[in-house]
Amino acid sequence: MSKTYYDPADLRKFGKITEWNEELGNKFFEYYGKVFEDGALTAREKSLIALAVAHTEQCPYCIDAYTKDGLQRGVTKEEMMEAIHVGAAIKSGATLVHGVQMMNKVNKLDG
Amino acid sequence: MATKSLQKRESNLANSNRQLEILSNGIFQNGELPTFKNKISETNQFPLKAKKLEILQINVGYMCNQVCDHCHVDAGPDRKEIMTRDTMLQCLEVIKNTEAHTLDLTGGAPEMNPDFRWFVEEAAKAGIKDFIVRSNLTIIRANKKFYDLPEFFKKHNVHVVSSMPHWTRGKTDKQRGNGVFDASIKALQELNAIGYGMPNSNLKLDLVYNPSGAFLPSDQAAMEKDFKKALLEDFDIQFHNLFAITNLPISRFLDYLIASENYEDYMYSLVEAYNPTAVKNVMCTNTISISWDGYLFDCDFNQMLKLPVNSKVKHISEYNEELLVGRNIVISQHCYGCTAGAGSSCQGSVA
Repeated sequence: MSKTYYDPADLRKFGKITEWNEELGNKFFEYYGKVFEDGALTAREKSLIALAVAHTEQCPYCIDAYTKDGLQRGVTKEEMMEAIHVGAAIKSGATLVHGVQMMNKVNKLDG
Repeated sequence: MATKSLQKRESNLANSNRQLEILSNGIFQNGELPTFKNKISETNQFPLKAKKLEILQINVGYMCNQVCDHCHVDAGPDRKEIMTRDTMLQCLEVIKNTEAHTLDLTGGAPEMNPDFRWFVEEAAKAGIKDFIVRSNLTIIRANKKFYDLPEFFKKHNVHVVSSMPHWTRGKTDKQRGNGVFDASIKALQELNAIGYGMPNSNLKLDLVYNPSGAFLPSDQAAMEKDFKKALLEDFDIQFHNLFAITNLPISRFLDYLIASENYEDYMYSLVEAYNPTAVKNVMCTNTISISWDGYLFDCDFNQMLKLPVNSKVKHISEYNEELLVGRNIVISQHCYGCTAGAGSSCQGSVA
């Protein structure tokens, strides 16, 4: 077993998940590939969304993959950082908006 | 950013044998990754055979006014290998008699060869269909004596192909040197002003995009769209086509990959992106590359690795198209660079 939970080399093995369940694995990769094709959004826009989500999910594999994917698509580091701030803003906003719940509770118990 | 070639720095990677050793050892020797020969054998594409000659690519010298990080030629101001007029005369004999439709002049900065203009004038008379000069753009602004190059190109209906790694200053200068972006923009504007690159213009201006780091190029058509939009909006610049070219792991790019500890990951990326369809159209099957001293190679990369053509004919002085057709192409692991994804050639994607 590896001594750390995450090994960068494991990303290359992602495709192997089909070996233990071919049908579901193949369906997943087919779906995944389709999602990232050009559609109403360009593949480039989707790559930036994926990068932001990769950070909010704190998935190191996805961060590796979509940083590289962005570079391949000519995405600049400024664009990448802005995308991550969007993710971070939603994350912190999602935390802070629960403050209303706290305020409601305080007002009910001690108002 | 380095200001000297690997050769001038006396780097061991200036030695082509050392590069070939690196490309054959490690992950390829221990079987972690298949060699290029084994990979193309899986689809019965070994040996690669030369088809009808279509492109004659002549490297008129390794001297350049830039020292780009990724340069597979290891070109720079300190390189003194320059094609002589005698060798050019031998090339002209071949140009006049070849059935190739494209003549492709490269370097270094080809314009720095003192006989460059004479050679272009003579070669233009041979009436080849597509006459390419690979210009780094900044040479046009480097010295007063080059200021009239756009007019010179126009006079001889030269097809200009220029490198441009990104539409932003930061990424361009990182790869090609400080000030390169601004000088390139100015040169492109000058070329546009005399008709190069304009819609429906016969004066062809294409750009070459190659990645600024250890990653592969993405979809050529999508990149072309982004380049066109950004250059038009920001600088009022137009061009015809964008060629997306993969950086091959040789020379200065190999040096960069090793120094930045990206070599193995990069080779994995190339092998994972291997596309057998691209193999059918790799440029070595329809190109001959001629070095500054007149020797023949399957491509410019093999020229830099000193891997000569596998043929009785080795030099331009003994050129014989019939003998060269059908030869086995000389390969090594760097060839994965031309077969990754949509493939890569001096004319961009091939699949």
